[in-house]
Amino acid sequence: MSSGNQQPVGDGLVKWIDTRLPVFSYLQKEYAEFQSPKNFNWFWNFGAILTFMLVMMILTGIILAMQYQPNTMLAFDSVERIMRDVNHGWMLRYMHANGATFFFIAVYIHMFRGLYYGSYKNPRELLWILGVVILVLMMATAFMGYVLPWGQMSFWGATVITNLFSAIPLIGDSIVTLLWGGFSVDNPTLNRFFALHYLFPFLIFGVVVLHVVALHVSGSNNPLGVDPKGPQDTVSFHPYYTMKDSAGLAIFITIFAFFVFFAPNFFGEPENYLPAAPLNTPAHIVPEWYFLPFFAILRSINFDVLFIEAKLGGVIAMFGAIFVLFIVPWLDKSPVRSAKFRPVYRWFFWIFVLDCFLLGWVGGRAPDNLVFEGLNLKVIHLGWLATFWYFFHFIILLPLLGIFEKPKPLPKSISAPVLGGGSAAASATAKPMEKA
Amino acid sequence: MGIVSNMRRTAAVAGFAVAAALVSTSAIAAGDAKHPEDREWPFEGIFGTVDLASAQRGLQVYLEVCSGCHSLKHVAYRNLGALGFSEAEIKVIASGFDVPDGPDKEGEMFERAAIPSDRFVSPFPNEEAAKAANNGARPPDLSLQVKAHPGGANYLHALLTGYVDAPEGVNVPTGSNYNPFFRGGFIAMPAPLFEDGVEYADGTPATVEQMATDVVNFMQWAAEPEMEQRKKTGFKVVIFLIILSAILYAGKRKMWANVDH
Amino acid sequence: MSDDTQNHDGHSGSRRDFLYLSAGAFASVGGAIALWPFVDSMNPSADVLALSTVEVDVSQVEVGQRVTVKWQGKPVFIDRRTEAGIAEARDTPLDDLRDPETDEARAERPEWLVVIGVCTHLGCVPLGQTPSEPRGEWGGWFCPCHGSHYDTSGRIRKGPAPLNLPVPPLAFLNDTNIKIG
Repeated sequence: MSSGNQQPVGDGLVKWIDTRLPVFSYLQKEYAEFQSPKNFNWFWNFGAILTFMLVMMILTGIILAMQYQPNTMLAFDSVERIMRDVNHGWMLRYMHANGATFFFIAVYIHMFRGLYYGSYKNPRELLWILGVVILVLMMATAFMGYVLPWGQMSFWGATVITNLFSAIPLIGDSIVTLLWGGFSVDNPTLNRFFALHYLFPFLIFGVVVLHVVALHVSGSNNPLGVDPKGPQDTVSFHPYYTMKDSAGLAIFITIFAFFVFFAPNFFGEPENYLPAAPLNTPAHIVPEWYFLPFFAILRSINFDVLFIEAKLGGVIAMFGAIFVLFIVPWLDKSPVRSAKFRPVYRWFFWIFVLDCFLLGWVGGRAPDNLVFEGLNLKVIHLGWLATFWYFFHFIILLPLLGIFEKPKPLPKSISAPVLGGGSAAASATAKPMEKA
Repeated sequence: MGIVSNMRRTAAVAGFAVAAALVSTSAIAAGDAKHPEDREWPFEGIFGTVDLASAQRGLQVYLEVCSGCHSLKHVAYRNLGALGFSEAEIKVIASGFDVPDGPDKEGEMFERAAIPSDRFVSPFPNEEAAKAANNGARPPDLSLQVKAHPGGANYLHALLTGYVDAPEGVNVPTGSNYNPFFRGGFIAMPAPLFEDGVEYADGTPATVEQMATDVVNFMQWAAEPEMEQRKKTGFKVVIFLIILSAILYAGKRKMWANVDH
Repeated sequence: MSDDTQNHDGHSGSRRDFLYLSAGAFASVGGAIALWPFVDSMNPSADVLALSTVEVDVSQVEVGQRVTVKWQGKPVFIDRRTEAGIAEARDTPLDDLRDPETDEARAERPEWLVVIGVCTHLGCVPLGQTPSEPRGEWGGWFCPCHGSHYDTSGRIRKGPAPLNLPVPPLAFLNDTNIKIG
């Protein structure tokens, strides 16, 4: 965009500005003329959806911050004042709270999309890593945001999660005291969580910009995982994908709006409508649904491994579950991107998806509950299995599949299967996951 | 065009959301309390509204029975306008409460009659006073009780009508009462509702069942005063978005019709 | 519109354009309406509006005494005026005033003058509520920020302020109770 030989676009004021600050030619180049593979399916909509959600969360968040009081004496009541007295306050708060849920729904679909179609492979490794950075920042932001209403789950969630750091040998307790700014979760904790909850979305925004820049260097992956060979394989981003993204976004917002207006507390914990009581732990502490799989991994390590105590082991496993995502591009050795041409990986991908759901299910239950009456199978046993499989998938399966799996023949180009110009692969590939 | 496969994908997306939701909601179900009966409430569903007559009677039950111990501190007297009370009636209701105010010019705190802009005056000045007056158990604030329990309305109705004699062999600790719907079975609150405990102005017979229903309707309104407005706005928003989605989807189809993809 | 979608079939083309136009119009209108809750949330909330009237008991105020009460976050000056003060205010010819207003219109009950104590220049609170403070050249109020002088009816007489101190909506509930707002 900075190349000096670019002709300024438009005329009049637009041209005047563009000569001095080439924003219009940048937009023209990166969002209008930008050539994208023409075979995206609807899963490619989630980038646009996530951008919208980020902006929506920042806007509602700024407005809510104008009314919210980050003080343990006032926080809960100030949220209720937003719900009752502030004009449209209930709408803005429910948008923000349900927005977090839908943000994570979209981001998880976006990530599973990337895993299925191999979007993290050369040359998109950094693009993927930036995405995982965004995920980590989102999780931190969501966690701190959930503390702000200062309900029972806010308080005890904050207590439990910050206590994770006490598992670190030697310096753990000092770190926890530092995080709290005291000897328990209290006013200083709430105050700094508010400050950071306000800051982090802008960090996310910055990393999203890098994510998009990286995307526009390599270009998008596509359902076939085959690079575009020429103009016959691509369409300009505008109007083709702006239109398609708008349509997908509108459908997504419709579902979102349904929950905001008709079931605003569907994803929430009722207990969080009780004010924080530091002397009274609720019977079941459960994180928000989007943390449940990681919570399950944390709790599944309930045994010592060599010299590592169970507590530390759980923390290592939980952070490891996120860390392993960073190195996926190097664990998956297969030269083929799309699972469409990887007959074995495709099965294991879906098993992995089920495994994540199982982890989520386990995370929401008391570990010692029986799964079936009469059968001595406890929730924790499933937790062990699902946690094992999570790491097995990434650390063992992915590298092995790269060596032993025999991929199906790839189509010569994106247009090939559609035009019937490809080999036998064409008919086999046009069916399942493609929008064609 | 893979319409069918598109739909399958859309269904997959929706399925993901639902499955994720099931994971989160079913997590609460554990516990050793008796499961409350699933009743029908006028405020349920996307067309649900507040039963004004019942909620008004519920306010009477709150004022005459509950308010001795339970606060309602997130609701203001002025809010009662939404339940159909006139400004004059609200002033009368408010003036029945004394609210601490001050300091005055001499620096003293004083009490004055509450006015419509005040929030419902709490029966105890602070948590410790509430505990001290109730054998160490703090009567919870009622403003959000319906939202604070899974299946809030059913639970509260079951709790209010569910006091029974303890079964054989169960020793109820002193100062506690047996109620199978309460977690653990022993609740500090004695059965609050008795036949004809209040006298309804509209002549409705004040059975325990009736009073429980009325006060739950009232507490539901107190917990979600925005509910009717929310659903009304929601209708417009969702219908608008469905039309917008349809237009955009049709536009997308039209635009892509000439592209081999 | 890029070239490869040029559609020469007029009927189909107009239907397509209609779709794009209505999509654009729908989305813009929806977006604009969706902004309203964000803006409106910054307007006074229900609990703030509920405090928009106050009732003041003035039975303890003596002749010549001024008291300040707070109404909507602003100081309201209540002046139980002396006979001399009333006479001075009523005898001033309208020609002498920058913002001509009769004292009769400003003080329904001559003994009681109630004005919002915010200088109409840039919002400072004028001095003159206690005997020790300067009351300006016309015996009313004097704004220390930029030297505006108000008379015993709260009318601007000298200095940069353009308007008289405004009289808030008032009602005498009885001889000793005033409802402001």
